[in-house]
Parts: sequence; structure tokens; C-alpha cells
Amino acid sequence: MSGIHDFTLASARDALKARKISAVELTNAHIDAIERLDGQLNSFITRTPDQAREGAKAADAALAKGEGGNLCGIPLGIKDLFCTNGVRTTAASKILGNFVPPYESTVTANLLKDGAVFLGKLNLDEFAMGSANLTSAFGPVENPWKRKDSEAKLVPGGSSGGSAAAVAAGLVLGATGTDTGGSIRQPAAFTGIAGIKPTYGRCSRFGTIAFASSLDQAGPMARNLQDCAILLESMAGFDPRDSTSVDTPVPNYEAALKRGVKGLRVGIPKEYHVDGMHAEIEALWQQGMTWLRDAGAEIVEVSLPHTKYGLPTYYIAALAEASSNLARYDGVRFGERVSAPSLDGLYEASRAAGFGEEVKRRILIGTHVLSSGYYDAYYLRAQKVRTLIQQDFLKAFENVDVLLTPTAPSGAFAQDEKPTDPVQMYLNDVFTVPASMAGVPALSVPAGLDARGVPLGLQLIGKFFDEETLIAAGHAIEQAAAFHHRPTLHAGVSA
Amino acid sequence: MSLDAKTVTRIARLARIGLRPEEVETLGQDMGSIIDWVEQLKEVDVTGVDPMIGTGLAKPRLREDRVTDGDCRDKVLANAPEREGPFFTVPKVVE
Repeated sequence: MSGIHDFTLASARDALKARKISAVELTNAHIDAIERLDGQLNSFITRTPDQAREGAKAADAALAKGEGGNLCGIPLGIKDLFCTNGVRTTAASKILGNFVPPYESTVTANLLKDGAVFLGKLNLDEFAMGSANLTSAFGPVENPWKRKDSEAKLVPGGSSGGSAAAVAAGLVLGATGTDTGGSIRQPAAFTGIAGIKPTYGRCSRFGTIAFASSLDQAGPMARNLQDCAILLESMAGFDPRDSTSVDTPVPNYEAALKRGVKGLRVGIPKEYHVDGMHAEIEALWQQGMTWLRDAGAEIVEVSLPHTKYGLPTYYIAALAEASSNLARYDGVRFGERVSAPSLDGLYEASRAAGFGEEVKRRILIGTHVLSSGYYDAYYLRAQKVRTLIQQDFLKAFENVDVLLTPTAPSGAFAQDEKPTDPVQMYLNDVFTVPASMAGVPALSVPAGLDARGVPLGLQLIGKFFDEETLIAAGHAIEQAAAFHHRPTLHAGVSA
Repeated sequence: MSLDAKTVTRIARLARIGLRPEEVETLGQDMGSIIDWVEQLKEVDVTGVDPMIGTGLAKPRLREDRVTDGDCRDKVLANAPEREGPFFTVPKVVE
């Protein structure tokens, strides 16, 4: 039986245009699902049902006249890192607990212009710093998936954990994410959905709360790549208000789905066969190669010699940028203030009370690597290694069209299995960080379940601004994998 | 190797983050292990390699030198934790 919670974003769009369903009905069904399930999942920080119903009414009026953009009446969730005019935006931090932006981010403005309906602001790791959505000041997000025969609460990945959980559980038809070192791709893999980190410069960063400006990139998260393609087309585009935005036309990404992979050269980076790689992950990767080969692609081994330096380089470059970006939270112009007799005392007290443990740790490391006497040894050296990492990719792409790798070294782990050593936690991003360092686009698609019944993803990495080839190759994997599993907690399952 | 309390306190002072004594110790250990881990970058030969500043994809561009935004004082002040009329307030900084 097919019901309102079986829609994909694309099929809902078509049903809305054909007037088989109204935007109000669709929005109300999703608001109802959020009320039923989100007490447990905690994927939303702020819900905006009234605003959503107003938006849905307006969408129905436009649709009745045969008008409305490509997302007219589509209910979405917005990661709470995108500023939304008049709606609280927290970055999942206490320090922005009451921040109400007086302006709209470019990415969300683009979605609104195309008629999207926002159901609210989605949970994340504080300031997008984390890989398990355990660092939010608004509590952890629960993954809607469960292991077989276990009630243990699993993490949804991070930092876009709320976006991933809400999409997987059917609370929204799609969501925005941001990816600095894997924050779209790793949670997409952990929750059995698709996610795209576009080329750096493809989506504007204006109005997106900054973590590491040279790496941060917004992207779509949805149940499949067709849905992601539709969202990306709306989110992307040149923006004069972001100096790193690139002025190049936005293609019809949805059309790329049909291209196929015949004759495509798919690179397998040999350095991604890391020591101690889980047998299931290795097997899934081999399966991915077989699927693409069967669909007509050619599999080629390539080398990215500086792969092992990706993570340590990332943790210097990203944290240095974070320590600068987060200097603005000082308790003076916006955000929480803790009073003190002196100005420095006010800064120190406000930041001590407002930032969580992981954010403090990262700011301090970033400050350390930028400080006098350490700058050359750490920060400057890391920037040089970053050049070498980017060159690895550019060289590989002289010979191949895309790269295929696993998305993450494991499936979702339980909330209480969180590693105590921060370095162990950082290793979650070992396969996703290098593409971020190079600025090239990458995506994750669900490819199977592990022996315990939780989803695993495959990653494709592409050339600058060639998201279309990525989408074509990703769709070939989607078709071969035929991943139609659903999580235990889903809007379409009655309690 | 753990960072000593003096170093952690100095960094925290630079970052303007107040730390409790027990935090100084745990952060010293965590930061020490992260710093040890990034030390592996020392083995990479970076002779003659330029540092990567951004991805180099966006072309630098010029725009006309005119005001494109402004006249929104109340919006700028709307999130101030404390204010007096059209001003942000801070503790006295000049004696």
C-alpha cells in the first residue's frame, strides 16, 4: 500500500503539480510525523509548524494557478547552521541559544524562492564540530535505525545528524546539510540516505554560520540522488556576497541521472585500503566496483599518496580557521553574556559558559597552532601538505572521471560506544576529509546493510564542478544496490 | 605528551576562554594527544611547495565602490545581550 509517507521529494513534486495531493495535506502529514517521532529522535531544535502551514497554503494557491517553482509545497528541514530571517538559529550552541537572525542565508533564500516549505531547524553537533551528533547543547540525536535484536540507541553521524535522522525517518522530504570534513556524507551513510557535498564555491556560504571557511560547503541530503539533484539545483548558484562563490552556470542536475556510466573511468585509490579496515566495508567496496563495471564503467587503480596526512592536516587547518571564526562570540553584540567586572573577564566568562567541551578543545588547538612560535611548524606546514593533497586529486583526475571509496570506516555505532580518545572519534572522517581538503565534490549513497542490520554507504569523488558525473555514477550504484530498506522508526510505520 | 598547565592557561588566555582548574588538566591531556598525532606531518617533504590558501577556484573580483547595505541599526542591535539606546554596552575599559 502506498501512502503519504511513501513519497520521495520527486514523486511528491509530481503529485503536487498534478494536484493529486495538496501542499497543506503533505505539510500536515509531516508535522504530524514530527509530533509522533521527534520526541524520541530529537532531530529538530526549533519547529516552525505555523510558518510551514502558511507556506503550504501559499504553495497551493500558486499550484492552483499552474505556477510555483520546482520545490513548490515541498516540506524540508534546515540544518540549524543556516540563518533564517526571524527564526532562531543556534548552531546547536548555548552561546547562540536565543539568536534570531535579521536576515536569510542565500541557500535558504534560494529554496524559499522555489517554493519550499520549512518545517523547522535541525539539530547538529555544536558549530558543526563532531561526527556523532553528541556535542549539541540541545541533546544528542538518535538514529532511527536499530541493530537487529538490540534496543541500543545509535548515533546518526555528524555533524548534520539531525538532517540525516529527519530525512531517514520520513519527517521531511529533504534537508540542507553542511560539510566541512564529511558532515553531509558520513551521517548520510549512517542513516541510509543520499547526500552531496558540492564543489567548494558551488553553494554560497553567505548566512551560514562559519566553522572552517576554506572548507565549509552546503549541500542537499535526501532519500535518493534524484531528490538531492533537485535540491542542489535550487541551492547552488553564484552569490556576490560570498567572495569564494564561483560564477559558473548551474546545470540541470536531475537530467544527469539518466546519463549512465558506459565508458566512465572509475578510480580506486589504493591508499584507501587502510590498515585494519573492516571486512564488511572492504566487501561493500568490492561490490560497488562490480556494480559499476557491470553497468559499463572501467575500474582503474589510482594512487593518492598523501591520503594518510589528510586527517592531521584537516585538524590543523580547520581548527585554526575555527579559532578565528568563533572569536566573534564574545558576549557583546549578540549571543549569551556572562557579566564580569572587566571586558576581558566578560569575554572569558561568556565563552566559558557558552561553548561546550568539544568546541573549547578545538578553539584552543586552533589558537595554539596559530600562536607565535608554532605558526610555521604547524599551520604553514599543514597548508603546504594541503597543496600536496589537492595535487594528488588533480593528478588522479587526469586519468579517471570519478573515484569510488567507502564513505565511513564503519556503520553507525551506539551512543554509549563513543570513543573517549578524541583522535579515535576523528578517524570517522578518514575517507571523507581528503576531498574536502582538495575542494572537489563528493557524495554518499546507501549501498547495503551490515551484518547487524545498519546501513553502509559508498562515496564517489569527482572533478571540480562535475557534480553531474558524480550523480550519474551514484545513480548507477543506486539502481544496482536497490536499497529500499527502512529504519525501525519511520513516519510510515504506525505505532 | 600532555601539555603543561602553564601552556594550556596561556593558550586559553589568548583565546579568551575561562577555564576551571580541573579543565586545564583534562584539556592538557587531550590537546597533547592531538598535537602528538599531527606531528606526523613533519615527515612530509614540503620543500618548494606553496601553501594552499583556499581552493583557488573563485576569481578575485572588483565591484563598484558604493553602499549596498545599511540603514538597519535596529536590526544590528536586535540581538545585543545588553544595550543602551543605540549602543552596545561593555564594562568600563578606560579609567
